[in-house]
Amino acid sequence: MNFYKNIVLPIHDWVDYRLPVFSYVRKNLVDYPTPKNLNYWWNFGALLGITLMTMIVTGIFLAFNYTPHTELAFASVEHLMRDVNYGWLIRFMHSSGASMFFILVYVHMFRGLYFGSFKTPRELLWIIGVAIYLAMMATAFMGYVLPWGQMSYWGATVITSLFSAIPIVGDTLVTWIWGGFVIGDNTLMRFFVVHYLMPMIIVLLVFFHLWALHSHHSNNPLGVDMKTPADSIPFHPYYTIKDLLGLGVFLTFYLTFVFFAPDYFGHPDNYIEANPLVTPAHIVPEWYFLPFYAILRSIDDKLLGVIAMFSAVSILFVLPWLDRGRVRSAKFRPIYRQFFWLFVADCFLLGYIGAQSAVEPFVTIGRLAAAYYFAHFLIIIPLVAKFERPLEPPESINAGVLEAQTKKGA
Amino acid sequence: MGVNLKASLLGSILMLLVLGGLPINTAYGAGDSVKLEKQDWSFSGIFGTYDRGELKRGYQIYSEVCAGCHSLEYLAYRNLEEIGFSVTEIKEIAAEYEVEDGPDDEGEMYMRPARQSDKFVSPFANEKESRAANNGAYPPDLSLMSKARKNGPDYIYGLLTRYKDEVPEGMEIADGMSYNEVYPGQQIAMVAPLEDGTVEYTDGTKPTMQQHAKDVTTFLTWAASPEMEERKRLGIKVILFLVIWTAMLMALKKKIWAKLH
Amino acid sequence: MNDQADDDKENAEESTNRRDFLQIATYTVGGVGAGMAAWPLIDSINPPADVLSLASSEIDISSIKVGQSVTVMWRGRPVFVRHRTDSEIKEAKAVPMESLPDPESDEDRTQKAEWLIMVGVCTHLGCIPNGQRETDPKGDYGGWFCPCHGSHYDSAGRIRKGPAPTNLEVPPYQFLDDTTVKIG
Repeated sequence: MNFYKNIVLPIHDWVDYRLPVFSYVRKNLVDYPTPKNLNYWWNFGALLGITLMTMIVTGIFLAFNYTPHTELAFASVEHLMRDVNYGWLIRFMHSSGASMFFILVYVHMFRGLYFGSFKTPRELLWIIGVAIYLAMMATAFMGYVLPWGQMSYWGATVITSLFSAIPIVGDTLVTWIWGGFVIGDNTLMRFFVVHYLMPMIIVLLVFFHLWALHSHHSNNPLGVDMKTPADSIPFHPYYTIKDLLGLGVFLTFYLTFVFFAPDYFGHPDNYIEANPLVTPAHIVPEWYFLPFYAILRSIDDKLLGVIAMFSAVSILFVLPWLDRGRVRSAKFRPIYRQFFWLFVADCFLLGYIGAQSAVEPFVTIGRLAAAYYFAHFLIIIPLVAKFERPLEPPESINAGVLEAQTKKGA
Repeated sequence: MGVNLKASLLGSILMLLVLGGLPINTAYGAGDSVKLEKQDWSFSGIFGTYDRGELKRGYQIYSEVCAGCHSLEYLAYRNLEEIGFSVTEIKEIAAEYEVEDGPDDEGEMYMRPARQSDKFVSPFANEKESRAANNGAYPPDLSLMSKARKNGPDYIYGLLTRYKDEVPEGMEIADGMSYNEVYPGQQIAMVAPLEDGTVEYTDGTKPTMQQHAKDVTTFLTWAASPEMEERKRLGIKVILFLVIWTAMLMALKKKIWAKLH
Repeated sequence: MNDQADDDKENAEESTNRRDFLQIATYTVGGVGAGMAAWPLIDSINPPADVLSLASSEIDISSIKVGQSVTVMWRGRPVFVRHRTDSEIKEAKAVPMESLPDPESDEDRTQKAEWLIMVGVCTHLGCIPNGQRETDPKGDYGGWFCPCHGSHYDSAGRIRKGPAPTNLEVPPYQFLDDTTVKIG
């Protein structure tokens, strides 16, 4: 006790008076009022933060051994896998970690769509989130080029070539991105540098994301904001332990892939060194890009296809203005709920189509699925928001929880 | 959970299962969806290991049959220690090959016998020389072949064992090519490399073509994934740890949340 | 009534103790896991297997004539392998210890008197001393001379004059047979 009172506390007070880190942590991570009814779909934000840190750490240790030169990149990865102590482990954690990152972010986003977490006053929180998602896509795209396998090279060629569709400046833009006439050393080097840089931008965006979150606190399954202390519980110890539990489950899932199916999310062709003279039979992006790849290919016109693909992501930015219904949570929106699940199914379908060759019947199905994707945002959501008769949400979280408890008891 | 949510969740999971069963992976490497026969591999499953006998015999097949055309550029002679060769044996094996070194004090490059620290010597200096020596075809490097094809081990085994003399009706086999059921396009420039007794085994194993194919496939899978045994060993420990720790977390979470009621 | 209150208090305490144990155990196990997870990262920047495989070099000394010196690379640095003449050996053994800035006998620096094997890096600031070639300056003591700051080494590679503090380093080596030396 003396140690604590005479040494720890004085240091704590001295530091906190000058730089209130301890008070800050106490306010935002310990005493922080959180809705008491959060379910496990709310674990994914914390899991994303931990996965981001894992990717940065494994990425740094990979960078110790990687050579960003076209003649040496592929071999440097093999050197890492074979000669560097635990190099294979760090590599597989990074490659599987990327897939985990996207699984988590998709669940996190779908949670937002279902429970109305994007609605006022959390519009900016949602927008920053979409910005993080875009940054993740850019980071992942460039990261996949670095091993310099066949898919790395040709996937990069296909996607960067898309920019040539832009009228007037297109070709110049692509040459500028490449730093040459084809993807080569300059491209690889700059992709490596930007891939290393983007996570820092993501961290900055996450900081703003959390800042925005803390201004109005978390949403919850009922979609009714906290009003009285009866609605909330302190973040610590309730949600710290719940997040730890979620972490345990997630790590088990994640590391099962790392140790027992490390190439599950990858493509065998990327174990062949990039050859600019040999195009693989089927060029496919990583699975998390497949829905957008399907949307891109659904339109025959090159430029319109590119616009469609980017629109598919950017439309998320304006979601808070497409759906301005008063009731947040799909729990009380029976019509919206059905369309939500249809949308989820459509996303899976688009992903499946993205992996197929551009032949019938996949082409037609892909076009319909892409059309439905936009219809969901531009037609269905606004109409449902306007004309749906939602159920009445409870007065407060506390009331809702009590109601559920009595119902269970009965 | 509301009934609708449950039903929708179930529906999604069902759909996932259905999609999972569909040939989603037609775009993922198998190309003409050739039916590969699943083999029994010593290294399958979470407890799988590389059979040392197969590895040693497989190396013998590689060096006697394949190394004339196929390089193994990401392996070093010192890696053979994992297969069971002694340091002296490895030195002898390496010394049979020559590598370029230099320049010497006169500025000239020279050849010297390979050492255990050197990478496997390639049969050809580069791809162009390889193509020139093989009628334009390029025998690919085999270091990663087992991972560079979908169902790599089954693919390699199938390719080595499914050359057929009887060509299907109406199919034209080009000059210098052979009919192979597994190779994409069913025409391959490589002549069937294995048959019964191609290599003499010294450990008493019956040298059938299937045995040769099995051994060299195991060897090549080891060449592509030398870390596999350590990976699985460590994996079992890690997952076990996580399962136990997660159970503890579950208990602790319930304990802490019980305070609320 | 008192019993009930006592019971409740006891239960609360017990459950607190149980929770404390579970809490401590869970966090300890987690901490141990985190520590074990750190090791692969730390170990990954130790020298990798290909560098370690070059930890020793085997040198064929059969072609080095008497009076000839050869420079070989070992762990990235030059190693002088000299086949000494009888006069060099006699000279080296005759030097009194008191005249050496870094006293070391010739016997301590060689396993076989005619073979002198040393790391060819000046112990002052790391330049490579001259003296391997016949035409090189050999310094005032008939051995090696470092042109950077003027250190003189004798025929046993010992510092005699100049700023270098210690004799040229003798690496670990062993004769595998009469014609092969393994350094490192």
